[in-house]
Amino acid sequence: MRTAISSLELLEPRTLAEALRMLRDEEGVVPLAGATDLYVGLNFGTLETRRFVNLWSLAPLRRIAMRGDTLSIGALATYTALIRSRQVQRRLPMLAQAAREVGGMQIQNRGTLGGNIVNASPAGDTLPVLAAADATVVLRSASEERRVPFAGFYTGYRESLRRPDELITAVEVGPVEGAQWFRKVGTRAAQAISKVVMAAVRGAAPRIALGSVAPTVIRLSRTERALGDGAGIDDAAAIAESEIQPLDDLRSTAGYRRRVASNLLRRFWSDTAPG
Amino acid sequence: MRITLNGAPRDLACHPAARLLDVLRQECGLTGTKEGCGEGECGACTVLVDGAAVCSCLVPMAQVRGASITTIEGLGDDHPLARAFMDEVGAQCGICTPGMIMTAVTLGPRPSLPRIRTALAGNLCRCTGYEAIYRAIRKP
Repeated sequence: MRTAISSLELLEPRTLAEALRMLRDEEGVVPLAGATDLYVGLNFGTLETRRFVNLWSLAPLRRIAMRGDTLSIGALATYTALIRSRQVQRRLPMLAQAAREVGGMQIQNRGTLGGNIVNASPAGDTLPVLAAADATVVLRSASEERRVPFAGFYTGYRESLRRPDELITAVEVGPVEGAQWFRKVGTRAAQAISKVVMAAVRGAAPRIALGSVAPTVIRLSRTERALGDGAGIDDAAAIAESEIQPLDDLRSTAGYRRRVASNLLRRFWSDTAPG
Repeated sequence: MRITLNGAPRDLACHPAARLLDVLRQECGLTGTKEGCGEGECGACTVLVDGAAVCSCLVPMAQVRGASITTIEGLGDDHPLARAFMDEVGAQCGICTPGMIMTAVTLGPRPSLPRIRTALAGNLCRCTGYEAIYRAIRKP
């Protein structure tokens, strides 16, 4: 590890309430869940943060349960837990599918849904799923709990509505009507960060979300409206291309991403065409 | 802090933020667990925490307090998987082998090829081309 261990401090709350007080009262602390992102930064000496609040032992945040018609997924649910959960398989199969394509088994055993959201990478694999499912993010601080629509959670590249004293405690997903679809395109099926990732729902009003093609995960709202109003797929694909702002980076090029995003839209539409 | 290491209780005086990998290799002298990439990609540092495969380069000690850790040394000198890797020549340089075996242990006896491929997606080998590794894991 390139970061000096002696420079690090790990605060260890025993309860959620204690964790929230630490986030309110302690200087410069960052929540640590499965450590699959933050420890990469520490290993390479690229992370400036030195003080962490270790959330791993807060078992209540792992719960996946139905509350009435709403699927509630604790922020500390690991990808493995999402893959194994009957409720997730039944209610949100595209989330189980996304979880299966995150890293390898070792990462799936530690990485968490809350971590994927807070990490706020535009390439996060579960994020298009949450966007397409119209999920709600449950945020809690020492003084209040609030619910924010996932669609409005990110305010810019790696920026979100979460305040430093807040934790994501859960994600809530109401009934999702229609066929769910997910596809990640990367260099390799496992262990590769996506070049383009898409989740979509074919219901009365289609919902389409894409990652790695803009500063944040995005919903293609104009494309959705056009398809909902009966537009052909060629016209819809042209609209989709105008709604994304892909970049050239280490993993891919803007041109390739544009092409793949359009192809994924077409594939979604033909895969989910009413039989 | 106390952990169970390869079946025996062990008290360790380590920093809570120390990596499990470093504590295993440096404090406990268990150098069978290797460091490859240091970013959770290669799987060379795979060990079991309460039976689940993890990359020990990404696990702070505070998160294994009270847990049961199994390393390649914990499988003993004559484990059927280790023998199968030798018989099938499932290793060349050998750096990835302990991690491969620790992941394979979680699959139970005679797993299907698709299951092996999926489970080993997080263990990279740059020498063998995987075929001998898959044969070894199917064998015991």
